[in-house]
Amino acid sequence: MITTRKKTNLISLLLVAAMLALVIVLDQVIQPTDSMSMLLKVLQKGSIYALAAVSMNLLNGFTGLFSLGHAGFMLIGAYTYAILTIPSEVRDVVYQYYDAAIRLSFPETLGNAMGPVGTLLGVVLAIVAAGLAATLVAWLIGLPVLRLKSDYLAIATLGFAEVVRAVFQWGKLGPVTNGSNPLKSFVRINSFQLKLGGTTISLTTFVPVLLATVCIALIVLLVNSTYGRSFKAIRDDEVAAEAMGINLARHKIMSFCISSFFAGVSGAGMAMVLGIAQASNFKSAMTYEILLMVVLGGIGSISGSCIGAMLFIAASEWWLRGLDSGNFLGINAPGIFRNGFRLVVFSVIIMIVVLFFRKGIMGDRELPDLFKKRARKEAAGK
Amino acid sequence: MDLMNTVLPYLLSGISVGGQYALIAIGYTMVYGILRLINFAHGDVFMVAGLIMVYLSASMPLYLAVPLMIALTVLLGFLIERAAYKPLRTAPRMSVMISAIGVSYLLQNLALYITGGLNKNYPTIPWISDPITVFGSPTKRVTLITPFLTVALVIVLVWLINHTRVGMAMRAVSRDFETAQLMGIRINNVISVTFVIGSFLAAVGSMLYFSNYPGVVPTSGGMPGLKAFVAAVFGGIGSIPGAVVGAFIIGICENIIKGLDIILQAVGVLKEPLELATFSDAFTFALLIIVLVFKPTGLFGEKTTDKV
Repeated sequence: MITTRKKTNLISLLLVAAMLALVIVLDQVIQPTDSMSMLLKVLQKGSIYALAAVSMNLLNGFTGLFSLGHAGFMLIGAYTYAILTIPSEVRDVVYQYYDAAIRLSFPETLGNAMGPVGTLLGVVLAIVAAGLAATLVAWLIGLPVLRLKSDYLAIATLGFAEVVRAVFQWGKLGPVTNGSNPLKSFVRINSFQLKLGGTTISLTTFVPVLLATVCIALIVLLVNSTYGRSFKAIRDDEVAAEAMGINLARHKIMSFCISSFFAGVSGAGMAMVLGIAQASNFKSAMTYEILLMVVLGGIGSISGSCIGAMLFIAASEWWLRGLDSGNFLGINAPGIFRNGFRLVVFSVIIMIVVLFFRKGIMGDRELPDLFKKRARKEAAGK
Repeated sequence: MDLMNTVLPYLLSGISVGGQYALIAIGYTMVYGILRLINFAHGDVFMVAGLIMVYLSASMPLYLAVPLMIALTVLLGFLIERAAYKPLRTAPRMSVMISAIGVSYLLQNLALYITGGLNKNYPTIPWISDPITVFGSPTKRVTLITPFLTVALVIVLVWLINHTRVGMAMRAVSRDFETAQLMGIRINNVISVTFVIGSFLAAVGSMLYFSNYPGVVPTSGGMPGLKAFVAAVFGGIGSIPGAVVGAFIIGICENIIKGLDIILQAVGVLKEPLELATFSDAFTFALLIIVLVFKPTGLFGEKTTDKV
């Protein structure tokens, strides 16, 4: 038993490494003008959304706390990251109407001290800071809010996200958040390049994929630990879980904080991918979209959330593009296939999933489970 | 007196908006009372009612457009329930809520497709859009009508619930879903009636609401919908008078905050503006969190006990 598990772990590790290597190769092979360049865009955005979806799944699917405050935590993460990585020479241009209050750029300060390694370390620190900022706020809001039950919790967290958005847009906080103007010119994903001798290796797609992979791997480890089992116990039956000696309040707030940490990190990733951080982008519609990704992949399945997010982004940004521009699958009907039709088709597909395939793509299984079942069937067949 | 003149316009529009929120909030609170479902799509039904009115009034006179708009909105509410919520009646509550979010996403995208994302000018309805002056502050007649119309509709509704057969059935279903079913109440009919009433009030509300605003966009329904829901929770979800009181409180507070900078300056508390108007939306939600934490059942909410 233990050996098979070790084997599965080893195989998954190898597969992940192969995937990361493939991403680097794709990054070099595909040119920006290529028709396949959409694949890279989908990988960049999709991996960040996958992280956001997995972190929401940790809370909604594994702990059974139906929270809709994700956009709020992502906003906090995005802003924290952006503020901490804006280089000093462009800071005054970004904060054109205000006198910037935070005059610290992690990558710059550390880069001056330690060279390129320092710059990288600064970016990592800024990402961690983004997660921690979201965690801190989650802890504060979680103390009162987590006492609420299902739909009340959903609506309170939804409201919280709106409050956060208003606070970040407040003119009086302009010196920190730039008011309702966007933050930009900070370290983006296309700032990452590896210079080996004479050749330059672009890491534009690799960075967000790596970020998401590392974080999702951490979440997988958490879910498989005793804490993860406690979360699932709380989801399945609170009263029984408490009777078995699980401290409900502690585990709930822990799950809420951890989920928010990764939401904050995904917010930072989002800022890196888009190259812009603006409060008005993080509306409740974003939370709904992430929730729909989770549902699409299957509530309670981490690999499901990743697949759901990738499919969601690929379908809405790439495959269904033709529905907006008049030509789809060889059918030419500019009258019907005009702007916005893609999203209509897409939401109809989602409604079909929600109504008729309630378990989503994966249900509550993970990818390795599928192979296991097949292996067992084959063994039984023999 | 000077203060009065500063506050009055905000107070007036607060009462007006409050009445409009109340009409939407009733839809939320009735559905929640019976199905224990936050009908996230209700705000979008309200928006669609606005769009239907825009398109209808372009091709027919108002006395035809208004009843037809109300009829179509009611039909939409009915169809949403039949298509998206009825198949999930035995599913966990979370699935139904997700379905509601899906419907909301669909309606918004559909509206985006049809309007092309452009602002659609709401037709001017004669008489109710006429400008009038109340105690020296100029406003539209709709501002004055809204609270009275709201209260009148609520009285009719409460009478309907307390004194008719279908009202009795609704009360029974909201008390105990399964027992009501065992007593021979046709659950599906009762639920449909609830959605019909909710959509009817949302249609009336949208007419009053959009008369005060320049136009309708696909996201117009989101904020009023959420706020009306907050109002329903604030007043105690499941209680119609509670929803109305909550809606008026939220409408008034929100508008006072919009003008708080000016009011405080008039009083002399503030020397320079603090840009507090940014928080007019956020205030509603802060209030919600506070209410939920201290009195989770709201002002007039029924006590619920958890069964193991």
